[in-house]
Amino acid sequence: MQLFILTAALLALISFGYGVGRRRALAVAGPNLRSLHSLPRYHGYLVALWCGLPALAVVAAWLAFEPSLLHALVIGALPADLAQLSDERLALAYNEVRNVARYGHPASSDSIAEAARHYASLRQTMFLSVAAIAVALAVAGLAAARARIHAGLRARNRVESIVSIFLIAASTVAIFTTIGIVLSLVFESLRFFQMVPVTEFLFGTSWSPQMAIREDQVGSSGSFGAVPLFAGTMLIAGIALAVAVPLGLLAAIYMSEYAAPKFRSVVKPLLEVLAGIPTVVYGFFAALTVAPFIRDLGAKLGLSVASESALAAGLVMGIMIIPFVSSLSDDVISAVPHSLREGAYGLGATKSETIKQVVLPAALPGIVGSILLAASRAIGETMIVVMAAGLAANLTANPLEAVTTVTTQIVTLLVGDQEFDSPKTLAAFALGLALFGITLALNGIALRIVNKYREKYD
Amino acid sequence: MNTANTNGTAKVRSRGLEVFYGEKQALFGVDLDIRSGEVTALIGPSGCGKSTFLRCINRMNDLVDGAKVNGSLTLDGDDIYHREVDVVQLRAKVGMVFQKPNPFPKSIYDNVAYGPRIHGMAADQAELDEIVMTSLEKAGLLGEVKDRLQESGTGLSGGQQQRLCIARAIAVEPEVILMDEPCSALDPIATAKVEELIDELRDNYTIVIVTHSMQQAARVSQRTAFFHLGKLIEMGDTEQIFTNPQQPLTQGYITGRFG
Repeated sequence: MQLFILTAALLALISFGYGVGRRRALAVAGPNLRSLHSLPRYHGYLVALWCGLPALAVVAAWLAFEPSLLHALVIGALPADLAQLSDERLALAYNEVRNVARYGHPASSDSIAEAARHYASLRQTMFLSVAAIAVALAVAGLAAARARIHAGLRARNRVESIVSIFLIAASTVAIFTTIGIVLSLVFESLRFFQMVPVTEFLFGTSWSPQMAIREDQVGSSGSFGAVPLFAGTMLIAGIALAVAVPLGLLAAIYMSEYAAPKFRSVVKPLLEVLAGIPTVVYGFFAALTVAPFIRDLGAKLGLSVASESALAAGLVMGIMIIPFVSSLSDDVISAVPHSLREGAYGLGATKSETIKQVVLPAALPGIVGSILLAASRAIGETMIVVMAAGLAANLTANPLEAVTTVTTQIVTLLVGDQEFDSPKTLAAFALGLALFGITLALNGIALRIVNKYREKYD
Repeated sequence: MNTANTNGTAKVRSRGLEVFYGEKQALFGVDLDIRSGEVTALIGPSGCGKSTFLRCINRMNDLVDGAKVNGSLTLDGDDIYHREVDVVQLRAKVGMVFQKPNPFPKSIYDNVAYGPRIHGMAADQAELDEIVMTSLEKAGLLGEVKDRLQESGTGLSGGQQQRLCIARAIAVEPEVILMDEPCSALDPIATAKVEELIDELRDNYTIVIVTHSMQQAARVSQRTAFFHLGKLIEMGDTEQIFTNPQQPLTQGYITGRFG
């Protein structure tokens, strides 16, 4: 509540600052508006920025450091009986103090109540002083900026450079997040590789990530050979691509070359809806509908099909990635210049000859790009395989058997209560890093191919 | 330069030809004879229907949604728009060169070999080589590309690309070659080469060329047709059209008063 009032007050000051700056600029300009370097509103923006930025920065810093600052001050001034407690008990006591002070919980002892009063008064004092500093900064910024307004002030350029800093910050957030994710993967993986040799992880063919809970436990020696997982991933992704590439490509050819514009305008969005279905829905479709169907079909044909076969997961995943292939390929095929088609028709080529011999070869790099993007999507896909593929790490190329994938294993390794110092959980990070590397490489190749293609016709 | 009483026969003949694009009428009752062994130039301001007329001859207008053709248009006396006519065979007889050079993103050799291959014109590789070489030779391109036949056709210069497209059209051994502003994307030197080539091809092919450049029409053609707002205004020997036009509209256009 207090914070809300402070923020509202600062916002009011900022908008007041805008008005002040604008009026001041108009006053400085006098009758000849053209004598101003920048439009009056830019002077307004500049004053508003000077007024708001330092004050808001102070408030933001306080919000970030308040808990640790309060902690240090309150712990330092605890009543004697609480101060002697061991570290864990102290943390509990501090927690209680906080709850008493902030949420009005009943205090369990007098010393807690006293500490809570101390906490509350400290917090109040700190807030008031921060509020005072912020408002003072805002007023000072406003006054200083107003005083500096003169006709030659390059207010527009300054506002633009401040805004561009914000734009840069916004665009780097995503990059830094990615770097952070990669670094956390790398460091956790390094810890994993201190316990399990890299060679075993990369080349071992046995995956059984158990660790002993007790010293004398039987069958506790884990093995971390990731080959079966990657083989399973590739098998399922391969099945998915075998479904998605022909279907998607043929759909794309039909939509871009044969379909009437009206039909295309209906079907293309409908196909793209496939990409919008939550993968968990695909997952239970695969597990509850497709897998039993395939198993029963196999039984009729006299084949033994696992109820969680790679085929079921791969088929459904293939359906899911059809729009990646069809939509992008359709765009690429449509982008082949019309003049090329006319050239072929002008020589007496039929429609199918034109498509097969001129349009598709010209669009091939883009089509390959779309397939690679779909492949990286298939490899990284999690939910369908968690629900429809098995957990048994079989090293097999038979699509009727159960296999497991990298993503499924990551999920099972991390679900539930886990310690983060055993190879079992750390293995998830190594798997994640490997998967990230593979999809990054695939995406990189795909983008390069697509870009190369673009250069050709621009 | 041929005189008015050339004894060429009418290769392509149109009578009362009308073309509609949806609601819009683009050609109004055009009667035009195109004789073999000559270059016929179609001139006129933008939107006058000259390209539309050209594209009727090999039925490229079929590719345009909502295009409708009335009247009669014949090639050697056979109706081009007859129901039984196979456009694939028609286009093998009536080749086309487009405004912008549009070589396929294939090798130079494959570009020229494309037509003969789809029409099954060569029995074996040696025969195909022969067709490709002859076509490149006729298009005046062989000397420039004979050492790099396997390189991509899109890597050639604009003028070379356009001559490659002409070689590609010739390779199918058409009887008529339609050219839709073939030099509008080329520089003056490349234009001169293509014009020279058109003049050489005249002996063996009937050529119809649409052009915006009156100088070009005067340089390469024997007969000129002037179109205006979808109507054929005047048709005659090129020399007569440019020196002694019968219609005031023609005179206005060639003297640069409009267009």
